[in-house]
Amino acid sequence: MIELTRETIDYTALTESVRSHQAGAVVLFLGTVREMTDGRQTAVLDYDAYPEMAEAKMAELEAEARRLWPVIEVGIVHRTGRHDLGEISVAVAVSSPHRPQAFEAGRHLIDRLKEIVPIWKKETYSDGTTEWVHPGIDQPSTESTNE
Amino acid sequence: MKINVRLFAQARDLVGSDQVALQLPDQATVAELRTELAAQYPDLAPLAAHLLIAVGVDYADDVAPLNAEDDVACFPPVSGG
Repeated sequence: MIELTRETIDYTALTESVRSHQAGAVVLFLGTVREMTDGRQTAVLDYDAYPEMAEAKMAELEAEARRLWPVIEVGIVHRTGRHDLGEISVAVAVSSPHRPQAFEAGRHLIDRLKEIVPIWKKETYSDGTTEWVHPGIDQPSTESTNE
Repeated sequence: MKINVRLFAQARDLVGSDQVALQLPDQATVAELRTELAAQYPDLAPLAAHLLIAVGVDYADDVAPLNAEDDVACFPPVSGG
């Protein structure tokens, strides 16, 4: 299952969707909103996406994992919109015959997702400043005036 | 030819619009689109060197030729997860 959603991620349903009698292992990864980053306190995170391309790239990642490991089922769900602290922004579930493949494929999927899937997060800090997170670009925060 | 370019994240915020239309020579490349975008929208300057261009649902490098019907998007480095 590959999905981009604005709704709360049902990680129990996602996990169930990859379970199989052929599997000896199921790995679930959840990405959650962290309060403190480099000494700054996050209030909320907003995620933006290019939906058509994001879903296409997530499907490519599933195909890539299937080429590299004997995975049985793959599920990737990313949420967009506003997230409060602790909320789940992304879930990756993988099943495989044995646990090393499930761990390796799951790690690969989330690492590659962060590299190539066109989704962006914007920090709103507890002091009211906002900042897009764009790796490799160092920029000052901007005052939040109209959001 | 006229190319519509969708903008996302900080690129959209800096330009103040989620889509812009650029006039480019027929058979223009992605590199020419970058040049025209920077010229028309100088507010993108802080991101210019880092902007990624997608044609359809794939990343396009600077030598790729463009067609009028292409779905083109422009955005800064991704940060999902």
